[in-house]
Amino acid sequence: MGGALNINHLLFLGHGALWTIGLSAIALVGGGSFGFLIALGRVSPSRAVRLLAATYVQLIQGTPLLVIMFLSFFGLAALGLNISPLLAAGASMTIFVAAYLGEIWRGCIEAVPKQQWEAAEGLALSRSQRMVKVILPQAIRLATPPTVGFMVQIVKNTSLASVVGFVELTRSGQIINNSLFEPFIIYSIIAVVYFSLCYPLSRLSRRLERSALQKKPALA
Amino acid sequence: MGLVLDFSVVLDRWQALLDGATLTLQLAFIAVVCGAAIGVFGAIGRRGGNVLVERLCGAYVEAIRNTPLLVQIFLVYFGLSSLGLQFSAFTVAAVALTINVGAYTTEIMRAGFDSIHKGQIEAAEGLGLSRAQIYWHVIIWPGIERVYPALTSQFVLLMLASSVTSQISAEELTAVANYIQSETYRSFETYIVVALIYVALSFIMRFGFWLLGLALFPRRRRLGTPL
Amino acid sequence: MNAHVNPPSVPPNAPVVALRNVHKSFGSLKVLDGVSFTVGRGEVTVLIGRSGSGKSTALRCIDRFETIDGGEIEVCGRRVDDAGLDVRALRQDVGIVFQSYNLFPHLTIEENITLAPHAVKKVPKAEARALAAKVLAQVGLEEKLHAYPEQLSGGQQQRAAIARSLAMQPKVMLFDEVTSALDPELTGEVLKVIEALAAEGMTMVLVTHEMSFARGIADQVVFMHKGKVHEAGPAGILSSPSTPELAQFVGTGF
Ligand SMILES: Nc1ncnc2c1ncn2[C@@H]1O[C@H](COP(=O)(O)OP(=O)(O)O)[C@@H](O)[C@H]1O
Ligand SMILES: [Mg+2]
Repeated sequence: MGGALNINHLLFLGHGALWTIGLSAIALVGGGSFGFLIALGRVSPSRAVRLLAATYVQLIQGTPLLVIMFLSFFGLAALGLNISPLLAAGASMTIFVAAYLGEIWRGCIEAVPKQQWEAAEGLALSRSQRMVKVILPQAIRLATPPTVGFMVQIVKNTSLASVVGFVELTRSGQIINNSLFEPFIIYSIIAVVYFSLCYPLSRLSRRLERSALQKKPALA
Repeated sequence: MGLVLDFSVVLDRWQALLDGATLTLQLAFIAVVCGAAIGVFGAIGRRGGNVLVERLCGAYVEAIRNTPLLVQIFLVYFGLSSLGLQFSAFTVAAVALTINVGAYTTEIMRAGFDSIHKGQIEAAEGLGLSRAQIYWHVIIWPGIERVYPALTSQFVLLMLASSVTSQISAEELTAVANYIQSETYRSFETYIVVALIYVALSFIMRFGFWLLGLALFPRRRRLGTPL
Repeated sequence: MNAHVNPPSVPPNAPVVALRNVHKSFGSLKVLDGVSFTVGRGEVTVLIGRSGSGKSTALRCIDRFETIDGGEIEVCGRRVDDAGLDVRALRQDVGIVFQSYNLFPHLTIEENITLAPHAVKKVPKAEARALAAKVLAQVGLEEKLHAYPEQLSGGQQQRAAIARSLAMQPKVMLFDEVTSALDPELTGEVLKVIEALAAEGMTMVLVTHEMSFARGIADQVVFMHKGKVHEAGPAGILSSPSTPELAQFVGTGF
């Protein structure tokens, strides 16, 4: 490459942006699935399961995502497990997202009024039936705005995958910069791309939050 | 190497780890103090009635909250140097983290200030208090007390996020980890140890903010109820 | 440093509060439609009328919480309708107590009371604390000095709010339905405090729905109806109203 910023550079950035979206999707699906288990674990009737889930949340929420990335890429490699940057980044994001989404969703499950549990129990539903048929449908409605809000965090945090050499948006910017050396311009462009990915999600989350607040009296 | 774990070579470098952890806390401390100040003024600006100031504060908050910290750090780093200004990595890191946490704090504090009931402000006006006195006594302190748990969480997240400043070679804990693992080839053990240090720092910070809360909010100390 | 300066030339027998042909609208809604009444020194004026008749708005205009569209308001020699009014100076002369107490929940009762004297009038802390003890004794709450508002009953909170206003040593006090949020058994203790203030000669304008209380305390009753002063006079008009609207309001009927 070299020389001035041209269409090829922009195409390369676009390619990186697609991987940012892809990694975000992986993180959402992986972290969401695992996080759902964490949320269930946090409200489990078994003390041991609750403790396990809580410990997981405490440990991950006390560790920087960057260190988790290093651990799964360089750490596992040092143990002889050579994994690809995509796998390392995907796994790290999954581990990270699960701890936060799990905690958000636990809050939503617990926000469903206690009387709903009791009413379901009164109908002689089993514990899993109560959860699936009564509690979760209500919790999902509560969970939608904060989950969309957290997707902004997911998109932004995929930028840390650049440190393990995964070529998403930030990494593709660094690569272009290595030949052009116009860091300020390049990172400004990248910031704008992130903003245009994240801002609509932020807006959506706020709109959902507002309409949820307005609907509240009808729900209760 | 092999699959035998050996933590001793990592733990032998406790002095470097301690230095890194200290620097991480220093970075967090500077960013939290300056960010809290930005947050108070930003929140006042966002609800102060001047349309231009409101827009500017809103644009600042949205710009920061919708872009990654890593990119913000690069922009501050290369932005300052393209202006011909040379600062230490520590200074650049502190500036970038402050700008970042200032935006989140602005948003949290605005929610706190907005939660103050209109009747409170009218009562203060009725007593003849000035605009600044009303802000100080009736809006800022009780507003902060309301959102103190959210602020605490945000500040802990900031401390963890400061690990990203290792990418511009600030010598904080993660940078120390990178250095140790490159010397010892014990990456796994190094990052495990460092992760646990971060967990410990999070607990220390939460405890510190809990103590600070007791000092700042005597009502909460005595009654233990949320405001 | 103009906080203590008296407004220019107040004749000794001039009214403390005077509304002259006051008009006020919220958008297209006419709320005050030519309201006039005066309150002399040491007098108690009671505003009565249906909900929505403009009583609160009239009271709030006196303390410049609302600006008026036409007419004049004079309070303690100050033209309240003057755009250049020193609002904070006005509010040092006027105490206002709201239906919802509005005590500051994060401050003790003592801190609630000392805040304004210290911050606004620069009364030294120790002196302000002595003042707090004095006004709290006046409302019968001397033992609640160091309590927080949430530890008090509604009636006690409202008495504390009155004490907070008294500590600014106002020349006139405004009360807007201060017992409406209270359980019936708690209204009495608040009304007693107001009666004691009246007996001490405090100039007051109060909005209330407690008719027997109004009858006992009022030097002047102002009945508001559809944004106008429909009938006004001594407390006696409550027993022998001359308009059917007031008669209906006080429930004697026709
Ligand atoms: N800030 C305001 N904005 C719009 N309308 C208002 C406002 N304050 C009062 N009003 C309206 O003015 C009318 C008179 O209100 P108010 O003075 O509170 O009556 P009262 O105290 O006699 O019940 C009501 O219809 C009320 O809805
Ligand atoms: Mg009213």
